[in-house]
Amino acid sequence: MSTTAEIVERCQMLFDDLNFNYAREWKAARPGRIVVGFMPFYVPRELIHAAGGLPLGVLGGGDQLEVIQGDAYYQSYICRIPRSTIELGVTKRLDFVDGMLFPSICDVIRNLSGMWKIMFPNVRSRYFDVPQNYLDNVGGEFYINELNELREMLAELSGRPVSDEAIRASIALYNENRALVREVYAFRARQPWKAPSSEVYLLMRAGLTLAVEEHNRLLREYLEAAAAEDRPRHDNSRVVVTGVFCEQPPLSLIKSIELAGCYIVDDDFMLVNRWELSDVPTDGDPIASMAKAYLHNSSNTSAKYQPDPANKGLYLVEAVKRTRAEGVIFASPSFCDPALLERPMLQRVLTEHDIPYIAFKYAENSGQMQPIREQAGTFADSIKLWSAA
Amino acid sequence: MTAPAVKPAVTKASGPAPVAKDSSMLKQKEMISGNYAKLASAKENGVKVASTFVPGNLNELIMCFDMVNNLPEINAIQNGMRKKTGAMIMEAEKRGHSEDVCTYVKADIGSILKGNLGPDGEQLPNPDLLLLSYTGCFTFMKWFELLRDHYKCDTAMLHVPYQGDGHITKNQIQYVVKQLKEEVIPKLERTSGMKFDIDRLRENLTRSARAEEDFVWVLETAKNKPSPIDAYFGGVYYIGPIFTAFRGTADAEEYYKLLRAEIAERLANGQGPVTPNGDMTKEKYRLVVEGPPNWTSFRDFWKMFYDEGAVVVASTYTKVGGLYDQGFRHDPQNPLESLAEYCLGCYTNRNLPARIDLIEKYLNEYQADGLLINSIKSCNSFSAGQLLMLREIERRTGKPAAFVESDLVDPRYFSAANIKNRLESYFQMIDQRRGGAEPARAA
Repeated sequence: MSTTAEIVERCQMLFDDLNFNYAREWKAARPGRIVVGFMPFYVPRELIHAAGGLPLGVLGGGDQLEVIQGDAYYQSYICRIPRSTIELGVTKRLDFVDGMLFPSICDVIRNLSGMWKIMFPNVRSRYFDVPQNYLDNVGGEFYINELNELREMLAELSGRPVSDEAIRASIALYNENRALVREVYAFRARQPWKAPSSEVYLLMRAGLTLAVEEHNRLLREYLEAAAAEDRPRHDNSRVVVTGVFCEQPPLSLIKSIELAGCYIVDDDFMLVNRWELSDVPTDGDPIASMAKAYLHNSSNTSAKYQPDPANKGLYLVEAVKRTRAEGVIFASPSFCDPALLERPMLQRVLTEHDIPYIAFKYAENSGQMQPIREQAGTFADSIKLWSAA
Repeated sequence: MTAPAVKPAVTKASGPAPVAKDSSMLKQKEMISGNYAKLASAKENGVKVASTFVPGNLNELIMCFDMVNNLPEINAIQNGMRKKTGAMIMEAEKRGHSEDVCTYVKADIGSILKGNLGPDGEQLPNPDLLLLSYTGCFTFMKWFELLRDHYKCDTAMLHVPYQGDGHITKNQIQYVVKQLKEEVIPKLERTSGMKFDIDRLRENLTRSARAEEDFVWVLETAKNKPSPIDAYFGGVYYIGPIFTAFRGTADAEEYYKLLRAEIAERLANGQGPVTPNGDMTKEKYRLVVEGPPNWTSFRDFWKMFYDEGAVVVASTYTKVGGLYDQGFRHDPQNPLESLAEYCLGCYTNRNLPARIDLIEKYLNEYQADGLLINSIKSCNSFSAGQLLMLREIERRTGKPAAFVESDLVDPRYFSAANIKNRLESYFQMIDQRRGGAEPARAA
């Protein structure tokens, strides 16, 4: 049995590899394989898998990539992720990628989809739209057509049709993946000292690189290893981290929050890993099932419209309750419209539910963690003081 | 089409010198103040109010329900031009709204927090319906969720998909039409208490299409040398009625008839555009401008152009409320499909390659000397990708492009000296590219 240290080391290697060697080797291992990159927050990875492809999460360059050319494409008041993604592209780190998907998350990623078409004309790039209307006969029909258009694109890329049967098989694999991801999250919420968030983060991040079959094995191994290992339990405060669904913070930021006395018991780092909240049916029309799951059984985030004002932000309150968290940390990338515009509404809801929170901003290449540690440490202390009172 | 010649009227402007105002200007002023007066008296008169956005606005449909139209973007612009938005934005930031996000949103929220007075000083009514037309800008969705949080009123969401592949698909049209039928119209009916009458919508669309013809005629006069119009600084006035609460009205039709007649006269007389300092005398530079203007220093910004003899012959900002000059007309024969196509076709709903193609076309068709990008800090919908746009345009056309930065309504982000320096350098660059056709000016 692998130890958590061995599993985490493997995930760390994948995380550090900005040349995506795993994906390159995966593609080279068998003729006809395709790799399709995607950006946050969600794409239907099942379709890519069913087309014989590897969905590859492209989450920017982090704090280890020196962005030189990418900066020349963006003004100072635009977030970091598009510039480091362009850097990955122009430095040929993504030259093996056959297609790129840009989900409907914000105007910056939306416009990046067009930039990609111009800068990398040999790559099939697609802006992937999702419905903001959740009626089956309105948004559902639109989304079914969008999914079918994507299916066609993937069939063209792979050179063979994507059958219903193949999609059903892929849905089953991703159902398993999401169930395991939920299990890891639940395990961490129960015993956060046994599953530090810096580890869980890397484990989840590996899921955006590895083939789903391999990630499923890794998740099982981690659950087994983490449960078996004894680790010291600290008197930390339990917090939910939110706002981190697109541009990712440096790993050192997650570690800093933990070192400051916080156990992260829920987060929205990589929503795609647990987008659908329960299994997608594997019988019937698979495209219709995927559409229904998106409309009626998927996570909430600020990129999604909430039609019922009474439900606005309640997902965050529910996350706090479900994980027995004591507070919320709003960590948002600088210049992130979805996270920063949403924040006042979420803070209003938390205030109404007497849930304490703090807020700060970061960039994927933030280097100075001392202010974060001080802020998170003060927050953790104040939670302890309040609960003691 | 012939139209009566219109004599300018002379009115007293806020400054010391009298300013000659054309009949179209007076007409538009009357229309705008009339709409604000309707808003101010809406509650008293039992008129229902819909708040909505400029791009993808459904004015013809709103009119079918006798509702009055309130446009928070326009309020922000009006307040910006009156230099009121700085304090409003700071008020919103004090309440937790990030310094990084759209200043239209913060100006609107700050204005609400400060008592919600319209630009005319009258109380703006709370909306009865937030008509959230989510076209070409992600922020719109969050903006109206924020307003919904405040007003606690009904919201009709119209999700307009993005033209990711640079064209409108059948699926997109069907999706928008279905939303109109199943979400928007029922909510307008419920709010207003009136049944939807499609024939009334057809009549409104017929008037729209007629006004659109005249509007396009005016825009295209900038192909002449000298151009009788400035299609950016003047253009923002020309788009006023058709982009806002008046498209589909008889007033808008009349406005564009008046405007067309005035511009026809300028054209016949070989006159340049009207500026706040009177007629522009010599056209030295012809520019295409991408991006919205800065509103808090609008006059100062404009002056930097006309002082140098620079005329904007085409602009993309004047297409955010529809690309009529590319052939789109509201079609009374297919009313809902036509509204869908309109919403889908607005400038910022086009993908970046399509936007670049359009700018290239403008540079060629309007015989422009180059492209100027006014990059707006708080508008990612416009701004993200503009540096690639600049490179592409230079590569394709060989014409010089330049870049200045400002903001919509945040006065903290307008640096007059910096922008002026850049513009002067840019005009020198154009001179040099002309190969000495005009002397290089002193630095």
